[in-house]
Amino acid sequence: MEFFLQLLFNGIGIGAVYALVALGFVLIFRATSVVNFAQGEFSMVAAYLMVVFAVDLDLPYWLAFGIALGGMALLGAIFNLLVYYPLRNRSYLPVLISTIGASIFLSNSVLALYGPQPQVLPGWLDIPGFQLGPVYLDSQYLIIIGVTLALVAFQYWLFERTLLGKKLQATSQDKEMAALLGIPVALMIMFTFVYSAVLGGIAGILVAPVLFVSIQMGSTIALKAFAATIIGGFGDVAGAIIGGFAIGVIETFGAAYISVPFKDAFAFLVLILFLVLRPQGIFGERVAEKA
Amino acid sequence: MMRGSRLGSRFYALAAMAAVGLAATVKTDAYVANILMQAATYAIAVFGLSIVLGLCGQINLAQAAFFAIGAYSVALGTVDYHLPFWPCLILGMAVAFAAGAGLGLSTLRLGGHYLAMVTISFQQILTVVLINAIGVTHGPDGVGSIGRPAGFASSQSFLALAVAIMAASGYFVWRLSHSRLGRAMRAVRDNELAASAVGIDVFGAKWLAFALCALLGGLGGGLFAGGFSYVSPDQFAFSDSIVLLTMALLGGVASPVGSAIGTGLLILIPEWLRFLKSVPGLYLAIYGAAVILIVIFMPDGIWGFVGRLLRPRPREATEPAEPLVLRPADSGADIVMEVAGLSKHFGGLKAVDGVGFTVRRGEVHALIGPNGSGKTTTLNVVTGLYRATRGAVIVDGVDVTALAPHKRCIAGLARTFQNIRLFRSMSALENVVIGAEREGNALVTGGHDALERRARSALAFVGLDARRHETIPSFSYGHQRLIEIARALAANPTVLLLDEPAAGLNSSEKKALHDLLDRIAAQGLTILIIDHDMTLIAGVAKRLTVLNFGKRIADGETADVLREPDVVTAYLGAS
Repeated sequence: MEFFLQLLFNGIGIGAVYALVALGFVLIFRATSVVNFAQGEFSMVAAYLMVVFAVDLDLPYWLAFGIALGGMALLGAIFNLLVYYPLRNRSYLPVLISTIGASIFLSNSVLALYGPQPQVLPGWLDIPGFQLGPVYLDSQYLIIIGVTLALVAFQYWLFERTLLGKKLQATSQDKEMAALLGIPVALMIMFTFVYSAVLGGIAGILVAPVLFVSIQMGSTIALKAFAATIIGGFGDVAGAIIGGFAIGVIETFGAAYISVPFKDAFAFLVLILFLVLRPQGIFGERVAEKA
Repeated sequence: MMRGSRLGSRFYALAAMAAVGLAATVKTDAYVANILMQAATYAIAVFGLSIVLGLCGQINLAQAAFFAIGAYSVALGTVDYHLPFWPCLILGMAVAFAAGAGLGLSTLRLGGHYLAMVTISFQQILTVVLINAIGVTHGPDGVGSIGRPAGFASSQSFLALAVAIMAASGYFVWRLSHSRLGRAMRAVRDNELAASAVGIDVFGAKWLAFALCALLGGLGGGLFAGGFSYVSPDQFAFSDSIVLLTMALLGGVASPVGSAIGTGLLILIPEWLRFLKSVPGLYLAIYGAAVILIVIFMPDGIWGFVGRLLRPRPREATEPAEPLVLRPADSGADIVMEVAGLSKHFGGLKAVDGVGFTVRRGEVHALIGPNGSGKTTTLNVVTGLYRATRGAVIVDGVDVTALAPHKRCIAGLARTFQNIRLFRSMSALENVVIGAEREGNALVTGGHDALERRARSALAFVGLDARRHETIPSFSYGHQRLIEIARALAANPTVLLLDEPAAGLNSSEKKALHDLLDRIAAQGLTILIIDHDMTLIAGVAKRLTVLNFGKRIADGETADVLREPDVVTAYLGAS
C-alpha cells in the first residue's frame, strides 16, 4: 500500500509534465488544425537554456527561468514565421512534415552545440522533500503539480474570462469569420505558438531535475503527451490534462510492476488500445466531414 | 498513351540492364561498392514511401523500422538458425507487410496526425526491443557474418543482384501509379469523400499502400543485411526514418524516378561533406532544415520540378470521341429507388426525421425544401456518407442501408457534390476514367483503351472532350461541375444523384445544364436532383418531394405539389 501510494504520487508528478505538453499540442491544433511535432523539442530547448543560464553562467534560478521563458517565446514566434506561416494555406501533410523537420533541426542543433552528454539541472528548492505518512513527497514533484494546476487555472481564466481568450477561441473555430469580425487572425495564431512554446518550455524546465537534460527528452515527452491527447479526446483541453495524468500513472505502475526497460512501451500500448477501442477518446465526439 | 508507356518500359528495361551489367562487371574499391550497396537498398525502401506518401498521401515515419524487420530477419535467420538467404528475406518481407498492415488497421481510419504519431511510436518501440531483447536480437552489439544466397557470395555479384531487384521494384512502383489501384490511391490522396463516392474502397486503398510500403522496406532491409554482413540497432533509428523520408521528398515523392534521385543525392552529398559528421548532430540538423525548405519551396521535389519541363505534350486526338451510351441496370421493377422512414439525428438535432419517398425508373425526381430542411443530409445518408439513425434505402431491389459508400456506388448510385469534389491534381480525363472504372460498369469491357474511350465520350457529352488533358484547377467553376457530372455518367449508374448542380452557375450555364439534364433523361437514366432554382426544377422534374425541418411535407407530381398550401408556406413564409 505504501509502495502503491508512492508510485501514485510519482505518477501524478510526471503526468503533470505530460499534461502541460499535451496542452501545448491541443492549443496549436485548435488554432491551426496542425499537430506540432516539435512540441516536445520546446521542452528540450528550454531545459538546455536553463542549463546554460542557471548552471553554466550561474545566474539566480528565477532569472535563468525568466530568460529561458523569454527565449521560448522568441522561439515560438520564429517557429510560427518559418515553419507554419509559409504553409498555412496548404493541406495538413506539408505542415506536418515541416514540423517534423523543425523537430529534427532543433534537437540536432542542440546536439551540435552542446554535445551528447546528458546534463544535470538542480531543482528549484534546496529541500529535497519530506515524508508525509507513508509517502515521500519529492519537492520537485510538488512544484510540478502545483505549477501545472496554477497554469490550468490561468488558462481557464485567459480563455473564458478575457477578450483575448474569446478572440483566440473565435480564431480556432472559424478563421474566416474571425477575420471578417476584425480579429487579427495571424496575430492570434502567433500568440498561440508563443504561448505553446512557453508552456512546453515550463514543462521541460520542471521535469529536467527529475530526468536528465538530454537531446532525446523532447521526443520521449512528446510521444507520451500525444498519447495523452488521444486518451482525452483529440483537441479537448480537459481531456489532454486528464490524459496526461493517466499516462504518467500508467507508465509509473507499468515500470514498477511489469518491466523497467520497456517502460516507454506502455504509453504506446495504451495509445494503440484507445485507437482500436475508443478512438474518439474519453471526452471526444465523433465528427463527420461535411459533404 | 499506351504506346508512350510501352516505349518508356523498353527504355527503362535497357537502362536497368545496363545498370545491372555495370554493377556486375566494373571493379570498384570497397568504399565505392559500399556506397552503391547502400544506395540500392535504401532506394527500395524509398520506393515504398513514394507509394504511401506520393500516391496515397499518407505518412509513414517508421520506414527504417520496417527496413530493420527485413534486415534482422535475414541476419538472425542466416546466423542463428542457419537458414538459407531467400526464405529469410521472404519471411522478413512478410513480417514487415504484416506489421504495416496491423499498424494501418488500427490507425488509418483516423487520419494523418494519428498515423504520424503511431508510426513514430512503433519506430521507437522497435528500437527499444532491438536493444533490450538481447536473447533474441543480440542487443546493441548487433549481428555479424550474415549469409548471402548461393551464387551471389561475392560482394560484386550481390551488388548486381541488389541493383536488379531495385530496378524491378522501381518498375513495379512506376507501373502501379498508372494501374487501377494506383489511380484509386491517387484519388484517395486528392479527395477521400469523392473517392468513396466513385466506388473506391478508401480504407482498403490506404491500407494496401501502407502495407506495400512496409513490404518494400522489408525487402530493402533484407538486401542491406546481406550486402553489409552486419546489422545493429543504431542503423535503423528514427533519424534513419527521417533520412528516408527526406530522400523521398527531395527527389519528388510522386515518382520512383524522383525517389531514386533523392536517394542517390542524399547518400552522395553526405559522403562529399564528410567533415560535417565530425560534429555530432550538425549533419541531421541540416537534414531537418532541408526538409522544411523542400516542403516550402519545392513541394514536388527535384523530379517534380524537372519532370514538368520534360513532360511530353499529349498528342492531339486522332479520332473524335464516340457518343455516350447510358444503359442503366434494370431489374424490371417500376420503382428504382425506395427511401423508407429515413432518419438522421446529430445528437439532439433531428436533421432528417422519418423521410420516405420512391423514385420511379427513368424519371427525374427532385428533392426540394428551404435551407436547412435536410435535403443534403438525406442525400448523404442515401449515399452512405452518414449512417442512418433509422430507416432503409433500397436501390433497384437491393437494400443498401448498411453498405459503405463505395459499395453503394458499385450498387448503382453515382453522385455529385454541392461543393465540387474533383481529384484536383489529375486531368479531366483521369477524373472521368476513375468514374468509368466503377466495379459493375457493364459498358466498359477491355483494357485501359476502353476506359479512356468511355471517359472521352462522357466528357464529350458535357462538351469538354477537347480540354481533357488539362488539370482541374484550369477549369472554371461551371466546367468543374460538368466534369463532376461526366465522372458520374461515365460510371453508367442506375440512379444519378445531383446535389445543387445549378448553384453558382450563371444564367447561360444554367440553360446549358437544363439542356444536359434533358439529354441524360432522354437516355432513360433516373435522376434524383436537389436544387433551389425552381425554374430548373419545374422544367426538368416530373415528381417532387418537399422537406421542411427534416420532415416530408409534400410529395407527388411537380405541378400539383407546387400548388399545395404547405409548400407555398414553407417557401414564402406564413401569410
